[in-house]
Amino acid sequence: MASLRNFLDKVKPNFEPGGKLHAFRSVFDGFETFLYTPTTTSASTSSVHVHDSIDSKRTMIIVVCALIPCFLFGMYNTGYQHWLALGETSFPFWQLMLYGFLTILPRVLVAYIVGLGIEFAAAQIKGDEIQEGFLVTGILVPMICPAEVSLWMLAVAVAFAVIFAKEVFGGTGYNVLNVALVTRAFLFFAYPAQMSGDHVWVASGTPFGYGTALPDAFAGATPLGQLASQSGPDLTLVGINGAPIDTWQAFLGLIPGSFGETSTLCILIGAIILLVSGIASWRIMLSVFVGGAVMSFVAHTFSSELYPASYLGVADQLMLGGFAFAAVFMATDPVTAARTTTGKYIYGFLVGVIAILIRTYNTGYPEGAMLAVLLMNCFAPLIDYCVVQANIRRRQNRLNAKTARS
Amino acid sequence: MNLKLNKGLTLNIAGALPQDARLQKVNTSLCAIVPDDFPGFIPKLCVKEGDAVNAGTPILYNKADEALKITSPIAGTVKAIVRGERRKILRIEIEAGHTQAPKPAFEKNDTIGMLAQSGLLALLRQRPFDIVVDTHTTVRDIFITAYDPAPLAPSPVAFDAIFTADDYRAGVAALAKLTEGKVYLCHGADWKAGNIAGAEMVTVQGPFPAGNAGVQIANIAPVNKGETVWTLDLPTLGRIGRLTGKGELCWDTIVAVTGPEVAKPALRQTIIGSAIAPLIDGCLDSAEHHRRIISGNVLVGQAIGFDGFLRFPYRQISVIAEGDDKNEFMGWASFSPGKMSESRTFPGHFLNRLFRPDARLNGGRRAMIMSGEYDKMMPMDILPEYLLKAILSDNIEDMEKLGIYEVAPEDFAAAEYADTSKLPLQQIVRDGLNKLRKELM
Repeated sequence: MASLRNFLDKVKPNFEPGGKLHAFRSVFDGFETFLYTPTTTSASTSSVHVHDSIDSKRTMIIVVCALIPCFLFGMYNTGYQHWLALGETSFPFWQLMLYGFLTILPRVLVAYIVGLGIEFAAAQIKGDEIQEGFLVTGILVPMICPAEVSLWMLAVAVAFAVIFAKEVFGGTGYNVLNVALVTRAFLFFAYPAQMSGDHVWVASGTPFGYGTALPDAFAGATPLGQLASQSGPDLTLVGINGAPIDTWQAFLGLIPGSFGETSTLCILIGAIILLVSGIASWRIMLSVFVGGAVMSFVAHTFSSELYPASYLGVADQLMLGGFAFAAVFMATDPVTAARTTTGKYIYGFLVGVIAILIRTYNTGYPEGAMLAVLLMNCFAPLIDYCVVQANIRRRQNRLNAKTARS
Repeated sequence: MNLKLNKGLTLNIAGALPQDARLQKVNTSLCAIVPDDFPGFIPKLCVKEGDAVNAGTPILYNKADEALKITSPIAGTVKAIVRGERRKILRIEIEAGHTQAPKPAFEKNDTIGMLAQSGLLALLRQRPFDIVVDTHTTVRDIFITAYDPAPLAPSPVAFDAIFTADDYRAGVAALAKLTEGKVYLCHGADWKAGNIAGAEMVTVQGPFPAGNAGVQIANIAPVNKGETVWTLDLPTLGRIGRLTGKGELCWDTIVAVTGPEVAKPALRQTIIGSAIAPLIDGCLDSAEHHRRIISGNVLVGQAIGFDGFLRFPYRQISVIAEGDDKNEFMGWASFSPGKMSESRTFPGHFLNRLFRPDARLNGGRRAMIMSGEYDKMMPMDILPEYLLKAILSDNIEDMEKLGIYEVAPEDFAAAEYADTSKLPLQQIVRDGLNKLRKELM
């Protein structure tokens, strides 16, 4: 390890102002602080002399770790759906995993290269340190898209989101909207034909020449997609091979859908990691599920033929589509969520309610979780404003009571 | 009255004072007065280098409030007046010795005049702004803090070795004359001096910052806009009582030398403003690595060198490793049980052990990302994040509305420790208070 440290010390002057490679200062700095804990100490004029061991890097990496079960399952499920579509009856584990891995690898690389590239450039321009926010965004983006999303669309969407949803506001910590969801929304609205419908959810290609290609017109609708085109109360959700989906399969996640968000089981494992480590707010997570459950219950109680999704029970509503994933990983983004304690309950509850509301009563959008979180991102500052005003009023009333007495 | 607070920070740091620590007396040959210890005090010199002074001779007066003096704690001569940039007075060093200067005499009937002239009043602070007191102001209440849950801090009960319950009683009687309201004495469960007549006794329980005057005020009788509250610590109460009761000026203090770098923690009696070197003599083992000597505790204190002086409030010295000479490979990924953290992502959080933290920030400075971190460390009805943002955006109106009159920088110390984004919260609050005060002048 000492030789690595010596090497870094040796090349460091090149990256400092006036050095040959000073245009890459932010990149060098990013790697150096990644490899070695910065030796910056509390300022001699500072009054606090010790600091907690936690930092932004560790926080973000914990979130990435919490996403890994979903990611691994996504690899398996991509292969599984592909094998299913081919009409196979045996599902060799490692081949499925390899197929999924090869399919998603270019997407992950494109998301990270484009996003981090912009972050590095922004840090260089501003003379700042590299911020770690995109570590999470970069893995989230491929997970909430169809596995075979086109690379150039992904690149455009990531660039748009990082620049216009984050950097123009000042970078990590200042953005109003969740960056990963802005990427997803951009894809959804800019390329609707390639991002929705029945033909995009099952990987059909041969990544790096591996596997057998599916016919182009292969149709495999997600459960929520089937609902949107359903009429009548006798509801049967089916897998892409036509066999009905039971609750257990939906819970495990062996259904078509976005790459990383089908498995409620893996999302729960992620939720446990986030809650035990204390990184995500349990208040938000809990209240999203409560809000979703309440709205599903109401919709189910007043189910109608006009809105087929209202026939879904509470458990199905919470397990299908991106709801659970959004509750655990999207709504809890501390920067874009409500920041006051009371505000978190209100924010989470409304995310849950609106997600199910859109999903059930707007048949144009089979899934409402993305829009619900983005909408509530916009309202989070307003919720916080009201909570802050309550604090201000308490203080004002105290003063008024005092002056009235004297 | 009982006050039980739950929010806050308990740090288990190595180098605590042993239960049976014996008090050792250390003679003082050199003292310093540091004007920076007295925020709001605009220092003007009353002496020049080489002047003979006695204990209690005025050294500085406040240009904004000339009655308020800072006086010499020892008899001797003014050795040096050390100035910094733009001739700012950094410190006045006084060497102990025989002196020709007369003993100061005070007008007994004028309590405030006596306290101001003796230099004792300069040891009080006023809320809002956490600055030295204004002798002309109307004081709503006075709060005495006699509970100190800061990391490794000795219990203020240790001052029973210098002051008696009689001193405290006389002190409270003198203070009662200065306020229209009550004198609160906030002490811990180990309080031994009994009920002090004239004071409202409050038993405080809870982790740091429960010992801070600001936190206690906020939970007992919060400061409103336009009100002024004075605060002081227990030894200052004892000194006031000693002067008003027995007519003696006492500048003694008790200092705990603690911290992970201290091989032999000690409890020492000395004079306020004393040079550090004799105080830590024999406590430290020799070591190659860099060390940080702090006058105060690790959350609220000043970094001073081996040649430094004991700083306000003159009760504790902590020594930790500096850490700038450590090379830690991928520290952010560490699962070492030796990492001290409030975060449950570190195994050390669950272990009942003593930690040896150093002065590193353990990360880079970021914008506020995590929410709710500060709230967990603030046992008062303040929304710290919003107050800090109001200060950072220079929004005077919001600062007022969000309760800046109730806080002092030290109330944010625990939040600054726990902050993932490593922001200098205490400095932000101090800057905000200064800005607001300038605006109101």
